[in-house]
Amino acid sequence: MSTLTEPRTTTAGTPGRKSGFTWEQVRAALPGAFRKLSPKEQWRNPVMFLVWVGAALTTMLAVVEPFIGGPADSGGTVVPWSFTWAIAIWLWLTVLFANLAESVAEGRGKAQAETLRKTRTSTMANRVTAYEPNTDAAAEQAATTQVSSSDLTLGDVVVVTAGELIPGDGDIVWGIASVDESAITGESAPVVRESGGDRSAVTGGTRVLSDRIVVRITSKPGETFVDRMISLVEGAARQKTPNEIALNILLASLSIIFVVVALTLNPIASYAAAPVSVTVLVALLVCLIPTTIGALLSAIGIAGMDRLVQRNVLAMSGRAVEAAGDVTTLLLDKTGTITYGNRRASEFVRLGGVREQDLIRAAALSSLADPTPEGVSIVELAEAQHGEFDRNTVGEIVPFTAQTRMSGLDLPDGTQIRKGAGSAVLAWIEDGGERSASTLVAELDEYVERISQSGGTPLVVATKDPAGAGRLLGVVHLKDVVKDGLPAKFAEMRAMGIRTVMITGDNPLTAAAIAKEAGVDDFLAEATPEDKLAYIRKEQEGGNLVAMTGDGTNDAPALAQADVGVAMNSGTSAAKEAGNMVDLDSDPSKLIDVVRIGKQLLITRGALTTFSIANDIAKYFAIIPAMFMGVFPQLAALNIMGLHSPASAVLSAIIFNAIVIVFLIPLALRGVKYRPGNASSILGRNLAVYGLGGVITPFIAIWLIDLIVRLIPGF
Amino acid sequence: MTLMYALLALATVAIVLAVLYRPFGDYMAWVYTSRKDWKIERGIYKVIGVDAKAEQTWQAYLRGVLAFSAVGVLIVYTLQRFQQWLPYSLGLPAPSESLSFNTAVSFVTNTNWQSYSPELTLGYTVQFAGLAVQNFVSAAVGIAVAIALVRGFAYRRSGTIGNFWVDLIRGTLRILLPIAVLGAIVLMIGGVIQNFNGFTTVTTLTGGTQTVPGGPTASQEVIKLLGTNGGGFFNANSSHPFENPTPWTSMFEILLMLAIPFSLPRTFGRMVGDNRQGVAIVSVMAVLYIASFSILTALESAGMGTAPGLAGGAMEGKEQRFGIIGSTLFATTSTGTSTGAVNSMHDSYTAMGGMMPMLNMMLGEVTPGGVGSGLYAILILAVIAVFISGLLIGRTPEYLGKKIGPREIKLAALYILVMPTLVLAGTALSFALPGVREKVESTSIWNPGIHGMSEVLYAFTSAANNNGSAFAGLTANTPWLNTALGVAMLLGRFVPIVFVLALAGSLAAQDKVPTTSGTLPTHRPMFIGLLTAVTVLVTALTFFPVLALGPLAEGLM
Repeated sequence: MSTLTEPRTTTAGTPGRKSGFTWEQVRAALPGAFRKLSPKEQWRNPVMFLVWVGAALTTMLAVVEPFIGGPADSGGTVVPWSFTWAIAIWLWLTVLFANLAESVAEGRGKAQAETLRKTRTSTMANRVTAYEPNTDAAAEQAATTQVSSSDLTLGDVVVVTAGELIPGDGDIVWGIASVDESAITGESAPVVRESGGDRSAVTGGTRVLSDRIVVRITSKPGETFVDRMISLVEGAARQKTPNEIALNILLASLSIIFVVVALTLNPIASYAAAPVSVTVLVALLVCLIPTTIGALLSAIGIAGMDRLVQRNVLAMSGRAVEAAGDVTTLLLDKTGTITYGNRRASEFVRLGGVREQDLIRAAALSSLADPTPEGVSIVELAEAQHGEFDRNTVGEIVPFTAQTRMSGLDLPDGTQIRKGAGSAVLAWIEDGGERSASTLVAELDEYVERISQSGGTPLVVATKDPAGAGRLLGVVHLKDVVKDGLPAKFAEMRAMGIRTVMITGDNPLTAAAIAKEAGVDDFLAEATPEDKLAYIRKEQEGGNLVAMTGDGTNDAPALAQADVGVAMNSGTSAAKEAGNMVDLDSDPSKLIDVVRIGKQLLITRGALTTFSIANDIAKYFAIIPAMFMGVFPQLAALNIMGLHSPASAVLSAIIFNAIVIVFLIPLALRGVKYRPGNASSILGRNLAVYGLGGVITPFIAIWLIDLIVRLIPGF
Repeated sequence: MTLMYALLALATVAIVLAVLYRPFGDYMAWVYTSRKDWKIERGIYKVIGVDAKAEQTWQAYLRGVLAFSAVGVLIVYTLQRFQQWLPYSLGLPAPSESLSFNTAVSFVTNTNWQSYSPELTLGYTVQFAGLAVQNFVSAAVGIAVAIALVRGFAYRRSGTIGNFWVDLIRGTLRILLPIAVLGAIVLMIGGVIQNFNGFTTVTTLTGGTQTVPGGPTASQEVIKLLGTNGGGFFNANSSHPFENPTPWTSMFEILLMLAIPFSLPRTFGRMVGDNRQGVAIVSVMAVLYIASFSILTALESAGMGTAPGLAGGAMEGKEQRFGIIGSTLFATTSTGTSTGAVNSMHDSYTAMGGMMPMLNMMLGEVTPGGVGSGLYAILILAVIAVFISGLLIGRTPEYLGKKIGPREIKLAALYILVMPTLVLAGTALSFALPGVREKVESTSIWNPGIHGMSEVLYAFTSAANNNGSAFAGLTANTPWLNTALGVAMLLGRFVPIVFVLALAGSLAAQDKVPTTSGTLPTHRPMFIGLLTAVTVLVTALTFFPVLALGPLAEGLM
């Protein structure tokens, strides 16, 4: 299980993939980029469609011009013969670069989709013809028929034995098996799946390694988990999210304004000055409409989903990713997320008159045969303080039962050692007919109380000698260990405006102590699934957006209610169905990464939009003087970049407009670097970088491009 | 010297408005939130059959606005067409159909563009029963729409945004009328005329005769400014000594124009329960206002050429009694508030100077804008600014706890589209339609070339923004310009109102998202700066090309 601080980069299928963008990726994406030149594809993106129309128009002009006596004068300036061709070519390149961005983004999912497709190859399944859950749950008597996995439908029951592929998504109705799920999760260690409970779900395409299970199919053909995964990673199932739609509307309306500006310019210019040529007009329009963000918008969205996939999280909709950026309340399970999965021994507290080594020895001996993580941790602590123990101590192991609430060891000499809940151990000693001294009991009570108050679990250790005389030795302090760096993490969340809430089954006292140690804002103790659901509802009524993780069937309602519900892949199909994301690693702490990625997605969009619009200022200073300098030489005063000629100025602006897309593809794919902080500081930083940067960069870049363009004969 | 006068004038305005801001803004908030109706209001509700306690959906509110305005246009149009039969018509004939249409639309849309010379065209009845009434109610409609939008932000999960009829009547009776009465008295004290004398023929010192028109001017004058209307009683508008006799009446008129628009942000802050939000909005307005005034004053004081040099500044078209500062302050105020009144002729300003009034309008009338319309226009821009900055901080955008989703941004974007389209299309059509172009060139434009283009651009900018000020020098009383400008005024007023009210409805229906430290604060200097930048940038990007062809080309010569 990864901790919160180490980001996961390994992925199913393609481990260790980086988020840069390489020549291979470009090569692989090129055919797709050309395919997308079709107007049918472009139509979906109004900004780029306008560029496409402009490119087509200028190309036609370029073809026709030689027959009608070269390019027309523009705004009283003679333009070189190659001007229209140059503009047309760069406009096509602009469209192509936009396509390339999208193709590269899509390409990143392709490799993974390929791996997944392999698991989908049709296998033969043993379908039980008439399954009798009550009389023949194991389906040992029932007849089976061989069918193709693609013919399985909802509700079918199949038998899968060791070595076979599970033919479809389903729940185990009988049996227990170890399953290799590496095809989906990339994790090579097998996992145990068994009927009933929260670990009954199996995924089609995974392999049963041992035993025999009976599975009820829970997916329709073509709609299995793997199918969904494939379409998700390929971006085929991608729908525009509300925020993306809103941004598109804003960009489209800006484009419309600029179309109006371009269309009305010539009639007005024809009166006061001289009309501009169509090529220059198209160039003006393309420079003004927000092509940079228009070109990269869908790549940003795909890359955002892909960043989740790289962390082995599957978002069932882009909407969920966006909502993750808005989350204001984070429900975190204590176990596994805030604390290490298990309690660990942290201290031996001896009672008065007891030698320390006696307590440690007794505690260690009673735990030697105890395979639970708590037991192991006691031995570890004992060895750390006392030196190595002989692990082959003979004796009779007394396992923990819910009735005795103790476990321990009976030595061959008749000595009995027990550890367990305080009241149980006391009762066990009194059972021998002997009452412990009241001072001793009072001392014990004090320790137990202290440990409980601090959020730990007290484990009382006692012995009975062969004669039956009991003796209280002391208390082992079992502690929930909060993961490293968490308080800082939660403080960061608080600064971002996110409340963290710890969910635990512990009693309120223990919960409060751990909550304090971890630095969460609130906790929900002795939480039942109903409590969780109620808590989420209450938060949402106050307008908060809630994210949570869950794996059990009884988590399903809460997962469905939460705005972002991350289901663990190890969980039941009900949970996976209810959540809008699935974490293949089943690591609840990843919720925090998900929030981060959601924010990063929005910021990337905002940053490139700001940059794109800010660019327009410099482009105006390049194009406006160029357009009318022939008629109004005084407009040269606006040519603050000192561009060489009107033709070179317009072409330089267009070239900048095109190549800036290429330069920004890596940023779109990687996402803008997200540093947590409060809203004002983030805004200030991003405005400075992308707003101010967006104003200044093109002035320099266009000036540099012009230095080269002016070398072209005629410009 | 100039600098000191400019600062003094600006300080006077700033101090008076700052003193007014709180009490007046709070008073207006009370007007629109009070549960109690005045007796006279109850009487009116009974007559027009309105249930004052019933709030309306945004659609019903909009129907009220549109129906009321349509009736207004009809009445003003009819009054003009029947002028010769009306009492106190001063023997004037009915204006032409196109002029009557233009004038009717102009006054109902709070534009008050005047294609005609009032004292030679309209008698007292039309001025009083038609224009003066619209001066009040068109202003009240503007405030009502703004208040409806504010309610959208203030309400939670509400299907309604207030009652148009209540807002209209309260705005007229409780805000405009009382101040107008007081203001008229002050103006009369200052020397503005108020009589029913008609034309008086006087013999001048040199023995010639002159016909001097009289009329109930002060009562018209005060609401012309208070309601940011701008339609003068006389053709010369506020440069006429009967409308604006002294420097201090000029200052008083400036304050009348600014009083409501600069106080409404307080009303907004008060109603949404966070006065800091109002301060932020008013700051943006003030920053742009001060910047515009400073640039205009600098340009005019610098002047150009020999004559301005001798006069110590560009004095052409300016009244000696107001001087450069008195004129530029008035011009900045009048074009920034969508009033359109003038005490100097903007057409005669230096080329670059003449661009400033135009820019004030092109900003979408937010410096501080017309009564009501200024507030709703800047709130729309704030929605856009919030959208971009929301993305920049990684949250789906929200303003005052309301999510700015696809529907909200669509309405805001459509709003932004309307004005530039009307301005540019109107100007372009004037030169593109073959028959029209000849007419425009031969009859309307008196200064051919770049400046003529600027005049037409100014006219459409003024109309589409419902400002009403004119660049003079342009004969607008032609069938084409009357009709085209009339249509621009009509669409420029009511199409945005449709979007504003739809937005109000959409916002009111939403719940409020609680504020956390992850929420973008919209009252801090950073947001104020951002909103200012968005306002300027949207305008600059849209109008840079035509400005380069007009005032810039002329000014850089």
